[in-house]
Amino acid sequence: MTEERAGRPQTNAEPPPLFGRFGPGPRLMGKTERAKNVRGTVRRLWGYLRRQRGALIITSALVAGTTVLNVISPYLLTQAIDRYILPGDLPGLLLISLVMLGAFALNSLLTWLQVFVMAGAAQRTVRGIRNDLFDRLQVLPLRFFDKRAHGDLMSRLTNDVENINQVLADGIIQIVSGALSMVGVAAAMLWINPQLAAVSIVTVVTMTLGLNRWVAPRTRTGFRQQQAALGALNGLIEETVTGQRVVKAYHREPVVLTRFDAANVELRRAASRAQIFAGFVGPLMNMVSHLGLAVVVGVGGWMALLGMTTVGTIAGFINYARQFGRPLNELATLYNAIQSAIAGAERVFAIIDEPAEADAPGAVRPERIRGEVVFDDVNFAYETGVPVLKHVSLRAAPGQTIALVGPTGAGKTTIVNLLTRFYEIDEGRITIDGQDIRAINKDELRRQLGIVLQDTFLFSGTVRDNIRYGRLDATDEEIVAAAKLANADQFIHRLPYGYDTMLSERASNLSQGQRQLLAIARAILADPAVLILDEATSSVDTRTEQHIQEAMLRLMTGRTSFVIAHRLSTVRNADEILVINGGEIIERGTHADLLAQDGFYAALYASQFRGTALYAGSVPALMETA
Amino acid sequence: MHATRKLARYLAPYRLWAILAPLLMALEVAMDLMQPRLVQHIIDDGIARGDMVAVFTTGGWMVGAALIGLVGGMGCTVFAILAGQHFGADLRGDLFRKVQSFSFGNLDRLDTGALITRLTNDVTQVVEIVMVLLRIMVRVPLLLVGSLIMAVITSPRLALIFLVLIPLVLAALNWIINKTFPMFGDVQRRLDTINTVLQENLAGVRVVKAFARSGHEQQRFHGANDRLMDQNILAMRTSAVTMPLMMLAMNGGVVAAIWFGGISITTGDLHVGQLVAFINYLTQTLMSLMMISMLVIRIARAEASAGRIHEVLESEPEVRPVPGARTAFAPRGRVAFEHVWFSYDGTSEANGERSTFNVQSSPHDYALKDVSFIAEPGQTVAILGATGSGKSSLVNLIPRFYDVTSGRVTLDGIDVRDIDEAALRRAVGVALQETVLFSGTIRDNIRYGRPDASDDEVITAARIAQAHAFIMRFPDGYDSPVGQRGVNLSGGQKQRIAIARALLAEPMILILDDSTSAVDVATEAQIQAALRSMAQRQTRIIVAQRISAALGADMILVLDDGRVVGRGTHTELLENSPIYREIYESQLANGVLSHD
Repeated sequence: MTEERAGRPQTNAEPPPLFGRFGPGPRLMGKTERAKNVRGTVRRLWGYLRRQRGALIITSALVAGTTVLNVISPYLLTQAIDRYILPGDLPGLLLISLVMLGAFALNSLLTWLQVFVMAGAAQRTVRGIRNDLFDRLQVLPLRFFDKRAHGDLMSRLTNDVENINQVLADGIIQIVSGALSMVGVAAAMLWINPQLAAVSIVTVVTMTLGLNRWVAPRTRTGFRQQQAALGALNGLIEETVTGQRVVKAYHREPVVLTRFDAANVELRRAASRAQIFAGFVGPLMNMVSHLGLAVVVGVGGWMALLGMTTVGTIAGFINYARQFGRPLNELATLYNAIQSAIAGAERVFAIIDEPAEADAPGAVRPERIRGEVVFDDVNFAYETGVPVLKHVSLRAAPGQTIALVGPTGAGKTTIVNLLTRFYEIDEGRITIDGQDIRAINKDELRRQLGIVLQDTFLFSGTVRDNIRYGRLDATDEEIVAAAKLANADQFIHRLPYGYDTMLSERASNLSQGQRQLLAIARAILADPAVLILDEATSSVDTRTEQHIQEAMLRLMTGRTSFVIAHRLSTVRNADEILVINGGEIIERGTHADLLAQDGFYAALYASQFRGTALYAGSVPALMETA
Repeated sequence: MHATRKLARYLAPYRLWAILAPLLMALEVAMDLMQPRLVQHIIDDGIARGDMVAVFTTGGWMVGAALIGLVGGMGCTVFAILAGQHFGADLRGDLFRKVQSFSFGNLDRLDTGALITRLTNDVTQVVEIVMVLLRIMVRVPLLLVGSLIMAVITSPRLALIFLVLIPLVLAALNWIINKTFPMFGDVQRRLDTINTVLQENLAGVRVVKAFARSGHEQQRFHGANDRLMDQNILAMRTSAVTMPLMMLAMNGGVVAAIWFGGISITTGDLHVGQLVAFINYLTQTLMSLMMISMLVIRIARAEASAGRIHEVLESEPEVRPVPGARTAFAPRGRVAFEHVWFSYDGTSEANGERSTFNVQSSPHDYALKDVSFIAEPGQTVAILGATGSGKSSLVNLIPRFYDVTSGRVTLDGIDVRDIDEAALRRAVGVALQETVLFSGTIRDNIRYGRPDASDDEVITAARIAQAHAFIMRFPDGYDSPVGQRGVNLSGGQKQRIAIARALLAEPMILILDDSTSAVDVATEAQIQAALRSMAQRQTRIIVAQRISAALGADMILVLDDGRVVGRGTHTELLENSPIYREIYESQLANGVLSHD
């Protein structure tokens, strides 16, 4: 199926399946899946579970208790009939009734305690896995997030962990009790009649294994196809619903529906196939248990006729033979759950195993940075072979403002990404106050750099919480002071609950400009030594823009500032302007210097800042050829 | 179970399978029930009498019964799953169709994430329960009623035990369900919190790293995780009472039967065989009762999903097609607004309050107030104004993303409400404020509005949108994939692709809704110059924040708080519109604009 899709020429936007992000492409998908390391995964799961050893031991003891009680109960029943009811011994009957009641009550209590203990152990284990996964995500480099769908990561934390949870919570008790009762029953059978027991056990076990051979690979491929189809359909749904407005605007509903219907049918087929095979396990195990019984009765009857055993023995034996099959049946239904739990655990561990952003051993935590920033012949590529920065060298003295100017995609943002060590440089050196930034503790470095990004991200929470994000121990007064400096105080007061207004998930209740003012307030509160600003006032109305500019100027005073500049005033006031094009610094100097050079900057200035191109006609070909 | 029942009609086309499945299950059950009789026969008639032939023939019957049972079981599985999966696919399809029919107003009210959950998770939940039901729907009630009747027949006096037992069991079940349901609801809410924390953490990963706040984030997550764990443990421990309690009731019944039955046997009113049989029936009755209770719990959980699905299926598209709308429609491009009033709540009062509060337009506020203007064919009209002044609302009315509250919007004199939706959308092309690209190549994305466009046409559109140069810098050019696995596009680059997409569709009316906001001023100017030099006579409506984007327009409309407060050319407005002058001067001061 995958092959066919990959082979078809791409005539329209077919969404790639949103699953299995390990392989570089669909062709390798199957290979990756097959290379599953089941044993390693189980061992690691056990590593988590081992921390709950006490609970596991207690649970096992409780399960053993209920197993014994389950075996004794039928015995008590026969005793009650044979020894008390038939002879008419009413006081004795009362006594044994009370004993039975006690045993049953104890059985119920133990059963509940098992879950009571195991629920705690399972949940603590799952919490541990979830925390480890989240903690790892916090230290992974940005490169990791560039190529990964959020939906996929979220699904690992929820669906995959939930699959593990399911098996831990119910599965372990079932496995232990199933194993214990099988051992117990097998022992009892061997004790009653070894030959008959051997026949019975061998029949049931070989048939189970044989059927498993037939069913297991089919269910496994079936489920894999189902997951693939589900991933493709969910991907299509997610993409369409997210872009629903564009779909409507271009009246693409008919096309979208055709593609949806195809994916939907594909999922229906795959899911039916997978679940039918999985569903066969129940009836098959039922048959195995019946056939096992037939063999016991047949062989037993034959042995009885030969005088090798008695009718009574067979009658008793039958009860056990039935019990021997039951746990197998239960374990068979558990099989699928265990499979998906292991697959889920593997996906979770794959993230936990991703290499973290590393600090060099002995990385320093400088006190207050003065703010001398030097790039020394820096080369960098996001993808090998596609260089983004070439031989970039620059120097900013403490307190200076450096404006980065150039066409979109020239590499301005990349310079910022490298200074913050969001990405590590390939060649060259970046130093702050003479210290290579690779030798500085990453968190400490970032704490001293203030970054106001173009796309302001706010967290759900109050306005106050979002400003406080800049410095967690800030007082309410400090927050208001920062907001005032950022010109944000005014609009915050107009919000329904002022600083306590809850911002929705994507802060859709604030305008772009307001969001940016909050980001500036956040940066002011953080009080960084070096400031990085991505000027983006273009989508903001003029009054807000004025506010933003004032706030930015306040923020920049006394700090080394790197500004990705779009505004003339910023550029004019900069101590040095770096003109970047095609990943290289092609011109540098003050505004006056550069105008005098009459080069790229002068042309850029003419078109961008002086507004000559605003009137029709003279579009410089410069930008197109860049 | 209201919503679940309503969804049951999706099973109607598959009723044959839906009937066959439980019937085949009944076959398996019948075979299961035969086995003890056959065993008894082997022992009593075969072994006890030394009849070898009887042993083997009966053994053969047992094998036969096992195989017939297998056929029944497998058949039930096949039909139950086929019916369930077809049901699910049809339901999902209808749901998706419904979402496609929604207008912008519906989409504003329904959270995207919630819609996706309904299409995926909730449908799965309902399908699960359908498949389970088909498999045990007949079996369990049959077993319950059958064993109850058999128990009464076996010993009417002992059956009195049921009179005590069943009410007790039902009361206990009722108590547990009432107690645990809110708990599981709470678990779900705490799980939602965890998801939100993670989702924000992923979306804001740069901010988290920039402020070195991973410790803080971990604290936040661990806290939420602990709260989830606590609630999970509580819910699991409480609901775990069910099984032992039911077992206790059942076993208590057994002991009572032994005690009262024992007395009856001593007085000669009952035989031992009867007592043993009664105990078997009693056990079976309570077992099936227990299964039914588990089923009720599962159905109740699926009911929540069914309710959410139903809610989507029930909601009506706010912009409805008009019968007899014009399908053949090739406008010249005259757009007219006639006393248009528009409120986001106007059309929605029947559907209740807006779900998300919005600072810019509080409920019952009009986003547009008495707006009238005319754009003649081939003209360019620019719309300026502060954030929230109603610019996007205005242009959204032209392709009928929303319906006006009062007044009319017309194309070539025809009310847009009287034009077939497909024809209207073909005539009007929009580059939306929020740029959404789909996974696929850049070429696919530009061709989105006209899949049959040639490569040359794609390139021409990209050139006008000033996207060609940067596209060619990618290793694979127009065939570079976009999206999660594709090339990283900046906001400005995405906007330019969106403009190319709108241009390629060759609409008679082109709307650019602030679609150059992330593009630098120079590039924006180039886009406008290129647009002006296009041969095609197109009516253009351009929403802008920057005056630079509006300078070349035939007419500029200045909006303030939903009203048109100024109209005219740049020079006219400079003279007679104070607001326009204010905007102009502030942009001058900021250096966004400069005059010689």
